[in-house]
Amino acid sequence: MHHKTVAEIAKDLAEKRYSSVELTHYLLSQIKQKDPALNSFITVTHEQALQQAHDADRRRANGQATAVTGIPLGHKDIFCTKGVKTSCGSKMLDNFIAPYDAFIIEKFNAAGCVMLGKTNMDEFAMGSSGENSFYGPTKNPWDLQRVPGGSSSGSAAAVAAGFVPAATGTDTGGSIRQPAALSGITGLKPTYGRVSRFGMVAFASSLDSGGLLTKTAEDAAILMNVMAGFDERDSTSVNEPVPDYTQTLNQTLANITIGLPKEFFTHDLDPAIAASMNEAKQVYEKLGATFVEISLPHVNLSGPVYYIIAPAEASSNLARYDGVRYGHRCEQPKDLLDLYKRSRSEGFGEEVKRRIMIGTYVLSAGYYDAYYTKATQIRRLILNDYQNAFKQVDLIMSPTAPSTAFKIGEKANDPLSMYLSDIYTISTNLAGVPGISIPAGLKDGLPIGLQLTANHFREATLLNATHLFQLETNWHRQHPTF
Amino acid sequence: MPTFSSEDIKKTAHLARLNFSADEFDKIEKKLTGIIQFAQQISDLNTDNVTPLVHPLEIQQRVRPDQMTETNQRPDFQKIAPLTEAGLYLVPQVIE
Repeated sequence: MHHKTVAEIAKDLAEKRYSSVELTHYLLSQIKQKDPALNSFITVTHEQALQQAHDADRRRANGQATAVTGIPLGHKDIFCTKGVKTSCGSKMLDNFIAPYDAFIIEKFNAAGCVMLGKTNMDEFAMGSSGENSFYGPTKNPWDLQRVPGGSSSGSAAAVAAGFVPAATGTDTGGSIRQPAALSGITGLKPTYGRVSRFGMVAFASSLDSGGLLTKTAEDAAILMNVMAGFDERDSTSVNEPVPDYTQTLNQTLANITIGLPKEFFTHDLDPAIAASMNEAKQVYEKLGATFVEISLPHVNLSGPVYYIIAPAEASSNLARYDGVRYGHRCEQPKDLLDLYKRSRSEGFGEEVKRRIMIGTYVLSAGYYDAYYTKATQIRRLILNDYQNAFKQVDLIMSPTAPSTAFKIGEKANDPLSMYLSDIYTISTNLAGVPGISIPAGLKDGLPIGLQLTANHFREATLLNATHLFQLETNWHRQHPTF
Repeated sequence: MPTFSSEDIKKTAHLARLNFSADEFDKIEKKLTGIIQFAQQISDLNTDNVTPLVHPLEIQQRVRPDQMTETNQRPDFQKIAPLTEAGLYLVPQVIE
């Protein structure tokens, strides 16, 4: 029951095999019983969920159900929810109750989805393991000694554990795809601008993308139909028509060319991951796709570029936390400067402070050109690499992450080794293109993720290629024995 | 190789409105130096005549009619503020 997909649940609800209230009760009891071991939720919205489920059932009885009415979801605690705490994984926002809903929350509410709660995450989405949360680390349901990946750690673990069929996430450098890979589920990062950032707590505004963690590409297509679209309240939202993503899931891949970047398939790639990539290649060849080797010549500089640009934007975005208007405020400030400094130093965790420091440094007089300007120049070269590649190929394939889930604490004291968890994912954020992580194997009982990326606004192609892969393989149907 | 000197940390922390205790100071010095040296890799690449890219889609900033779209929600927003009085946000005294 609790490993059913959104599509399966939607069908069951339509056929009245059970009600949304029954399903919600069941999942809430699962969360109550089992989440203490995982810590995937920061807030469980028990009463509100049951109310939404009642409303969904009534709506269905009135013949007004949408494709997702009554579907339970988890929302990353980065999306503002009116009347429900939005902490962003930080002590700074531990007391923050947003007076409004984020765009995507409005959309899911309007469609009749049921929010079971707000999921755990690395503080301000800064991290690749979930360990940077003020509320404690989330555990990986495949192995409770290991991380589920991050920053959308709680969403990934909750979906993998079957607490929710799907959850929202955000991806600034891999924060949807990497946890999806480490948790054995599907993770879609849409094109920058495809999903409104309104009401999504800002980390790095030119990189942040809202997206989905699901069991299948079909589920991601169903939910993208709800959350994608133009929103005038986000100045970078793009006014491009939204296709029905479910309509193209079964298109043939006969005319599809997939590129394998030589920079991502190097001799130091983990042999088990390399073997999974090779198996996936054979599946795609059977489906009719053609493979070519390509080059993304500047992609190896994505890490350094990202760890200049993202902290630079973060240091500016996080300047808003001043202890005056909302969020944490220190006790008895002696003057305004003391109020700012102590509120921020008490409210932010270690990794967030580090990134604010790096960002402030690279934007400061004397360093701006050498770091920030230079990084944005290389960002253009990385975008050019992708644009050149997409003249030749429809999709680019690579591993999602360089390893399977690592142990809690293993990288916690070494920010640089943690940053390397995202070597295959951050370049897509710099280029703004969409990417998806697909379960594609197991190594010692831990999931391996395959990443596909496509050109701007080609989510339909990504979902199509993932769906057909999932019809041919069973990796996405493997569940932890949690 | 560049390093994050303790002078850099003091100056940057002040600009960022952060405090670090003596304990934290030692820890952060090494880590920031590591990160900035990692970032330094970009200096090897020649980028003469490359136009910076600050936004992946290079879209034009939209403009909208100069009309009021939001209603005043001051009480809602002030409800979540740490300290307010008579509709105003309170901070320590700024002017003597």
